[in-house]
Amino acid sequence: MAVATAGRPAGFRSRLSRKIQDNLMAYAFMAGGIACFAFFSWYPLVRGVILSFQQINFVTDPYWVGTDNFTAIFKDPLFVTAWKNTLIFTGIALIFGFLVPLALSILINEMRHLKGFFRVAVYLPVMLPPIVGVLLFRYFYDPGFGLFNTILRGVGLPESQWTQSSKTAMISLVLVSTWANLGGATLMYLAALQSIPGDLYEAAELDGASAWRRLRHVTLPQLRFIMLVLLLLQIIATMQVFIEPYQLTGTSNPDTVTVMVLIYRYAFTVNQDFGMAAAMSVLLFVVLGIFSAIYLRVTRDRD
Amino acid sequence: MTIATPIRPLPATPPVAPAPRRRRSASGSGATRTLFSEVEISRGKGRFLYWLTLTLVFLLFLAIFIFPLYWMFSSAVKTPEEYAQPDPTLFPHTFVPETYQLAWDRMRIAKFFANTAFYALGGWLIQLVFQVAVAYALSKLRPIFGKVVLGLMLASLMLPATALLIPAYLTVTDVPIFGWNLLNTPWALWLPAVANAFNIYVLKRFFDQIPNDLLDSAALDGAGRFRVLWSIVLPLSRPVLGVVSIFSIVAIWKDFIWPLLVLQDPETQTLSVALSRLASTSQVPPTQLMAGLAIASVPMIVVFLIFQRSIIGGLAAGSMKG
Repeated sequence: MAVATAGRPAGFRSRLSRKIQDNLMAYAFMAGGIACFAFFSWYPLVRGVILSFQQINFVTDPYWVGTDNFTAIFKDPLFVTAWKNTLIFTGIALIFGFLVPLALSILINEMRHLKGFFRVAVYLPVMLPPIVGVLLFRYFYDPGFGLFNTILRGVGLPESQWTQSSKTAMISLVLVSTWANLGGATLMYLAALQSIPGDLYEAAELDGASAWRRLRHVTLPQLRFIMLVLLLLQIIATMQVFIEPYQLTGTSNPDTVTVMVLIYRYAFTVNQDFGMAAAMSVLLFVVLGIFSAIYLRVTRDRD
Repeated sequence: MTIATPIRPLPATPPVAPAPRRRRSASGSGATRTLFSEVEISRGKGRFLYWLTLTLVFLLFLAIFIFPLYWMFSSAVKTPEEYAQPDPTLFPHTFVPETYQLAWDRMRIAKFFANTAFYALGGWLIQLVFQVAVAYALSKLRPIFGKVVLGLMLASLMLPATALLIPAYLTVTDVPIFGWNLLNTPWALWLPAVANAFNIYVLKRFFDQIPNDLLDSAALDGAGRFRVLWSIVLPLSRPVLGVVSIFSIVAIWKDFIWPLLVLQDPETQTLSVALSRLASTSQVPPTQLMAGLAIASVPMIVVFLIFQRSIIGGLAAGSMKG
């Protein structure tokens, strides 16, 4: 670009105007994208925080209420329940969603045949619209003619109420969610496994390490980084669980009401109070922000 | 990995063709050593254990991941009577494929399917146009404050979408400055979808690798900025455009909570939201609902089977932070 004007004394002005022109051109290219970010990402972030200190009713202008929204949600008995349920969901989801993909990926990686099939099969549920998995499992869970109870009957085990009993509701939700989502983590582990140098295993074998010890002292240490990353990503994702409780147990079931369900409830069903919903969102954002910050820190150190 | 794909100087070369061959030879027939060596699993007891494990894992995958889908497709063709039996039948004894037709017509699946397809394709086009423009400007025109703009965009990746749900919803009901109400319009899905920093980052990283000399020589030949983008950058970027395209279409097709909020008028709903609503009314026979679920899944299954390499490759690339 600078070819024509380089070195000529008269070139400075034309170079400056060229520079301005380039910048105008660049911002013209970016205008649409920047506007979308401004309207649907940056501005809502600021507005969300402001909203949590406001009362909004669509009749009069929003007005400041200080920390009233926060006091209101703290007083709501569902507040503690929602956080407890969310933590339980995240906890159980971690046990399944963290260990199962790890085990599956190690298994797939050892297979010399059908690898393509395993990869496709495990990721297929991830591709489906989440509502499909949830409604499908709703029929599996049906206490009357559901498939799961048929299987339990078949092997002589007691039947379960699945989503309809407070004892099993949460785990039933985790099962659907895990089924629908574990493919992503499995494939990421698989990619990491394939990048482990084969020499390491060879050397360990020559030193007389058994398969179990090779797994413990070669595979797992090599996966440490990706395990940490996926752990954080999963905490962030599962704390936002919504569709499973929304569709399977409803928005007013105290057994399964989660933080996201409560936000939805505040804004769109029972209370119609956007200020309370925003206050709850701010709390969720702060908690998730901590994990996001750790995630960024961890992945940046790696670079 | 997709991002690091070397750029081919000849745009005419199909960019996807050589990749599978390479990958197959790398993972096939034990080119890389894993936990167990070839020797361990090809002789005596090891061989037996390997085949036993393979069979068990295969059956496990079949039962867990494939069976529910089979169940969905096959339940839809049962008669409602057979479907309601206390002991479900593994293979349908009755066969009424018309249920799919019925669901398509009566539940107006056709309408919701068309809605979703329209949202997905429109959203894909708009995202691509805006995101490519931003990435191209950031990568090749390098404006002042370009780094700040990119930083602000990337910072939004830290925001969980759900934290913005309420304020973003209010924004959609009354867009600042313009005062538009986008509720129940496609724009409510399309415009927020453009604000996807991940796509912009991936595109920019790819554009960064295209040598500037190539663009400069085109500029010397008299090509404008737009012409350079259209005739040089885009043809070279086909692989990355493919991955970004698939992910944006899939994302819109799968989205639930956002369309649930912004498309409250049943006429405008996506298939997912409509199915959720229909499932709660209990006026729909379960076999028809199953057919609806199956129909909602077909496009995603087809996309996945066709583009599985790009999807799985793109996923692995994303996880490794490019």
